[in-house]
Amino acid sequence: MWTAVLLAAIGCYVLKVAGLSLPQRVLEHATVERVADLIPVALLAALVAVQVASSGPELTLDARALGLGFAVVALALRMPFLVVVVGAAVVAALARLL
Amino acid sequence: MTEADLTPSERSGIVRDSLAVGVATGAYGIGFGAVSVASGLSVAQTCVLSLLMFTGASQFALVGVVAAGGAPLSGAATALLLGTRNTLYGLRMGPLLQWRGWRRVAAAHVLIDESTAMAVNRQTTAAVRLGFVTTGASVLVLWNLATVAGALAGEAVGDPRTYGLDAAVGAAFLALLWPRLKDRRNVLVAALAAVVALTVVPLTAAGVPVLTAAGVALLVGVLARRQDPTEVPGPEDVAGGHR
Repeated sequence: MWTAVLLAAIGCYVLKVAGLSLPQRVLEHATVERVADLIPVALLAALVAVQVASSGPELTLDARALGLGFAVVALALRMPFLVVVVGAAVVAALARLL
Repeated sequence: MTEADLTPSERSGIVRDSLAVGVATGAYGIGFGAVSVASGLSVAQTCVLSLLMFTGASQFALVGVVAAGGAPLSGAATALLLGTRNTLYGLRMGPLLQWRGWRRVAAAHVLIDESTAMAVNRQTTAAVRLGFVTTGASVLVLWNLATVAGALAGEAVGDPRTYGLDAAVGAAFLALLWPRLKDRRNVLVAALAAVVALTVVPLTAAGVPVLTAAGVALLVGVLARRQDPTEVPGPEDVAGGHR
């Protein structure tokens, strides 16, 4: 675990330095620019899906989906990040109690 | 971009707005600390991530993949892919900040969504620098303090299912994704990526489905024709930035 933590931490810093140091020309390549813009969208969406709807190798639907439902409503209402995240946790915890 | 000095009122306005973002984002670190420990990382590993990696989405990604049972290195790969976002921000911010040498090396550490959002639309170099540094430094300090508090609290909680901590992770990713869903192509990519990831969940080792979804970005990015501006967050897109 330490290896992964340190490798990823150093790598993320290098990516930041590279951004400040590389010439802006890099972005003029339209395909590079589009892919770079889309990567966070794809990864975050996949992380949401896997986090909420799977347990190990199985697809599951449980209290986490209710938590996510709350998050969607809270985000649509422009609530602060902390409310979105804590609210989702509370909703899921309550659903499990019932 | 001009070199004019800031008036005291401009200066205090930028500092006030930046600190508001720092406080709102920093508080969020409690969630990261708690989730990270609940995912199986130690308190020390959790704190090292906030101190050295210091980019929220990548940190949540690493612990999220580990929590789902993925290999730590798949978590690291996902974190790095998400970290490429900061490279884009750097390409935009470099010419605006106009820093070289040790200042650039130091500035790179606080090159994140929030510092970019609170600096990129300013009119002068002085204003860009002030917004960037004030936001970056306040998030850095508060995010790390909050991480320690969250990690210790998470350790006391134990099982992540207690208090719904496992549901908080999905909500955290959605909150990070949300500002990017204004664009229709992004909505399409997000939906496709979610479907692809869930489709391969039963077929592959944990951690791999999320990486597979990066293929959707690659495919759509290569096939698309329409040119669009580089997506850099604005004040509307970060916690505490919209009022």
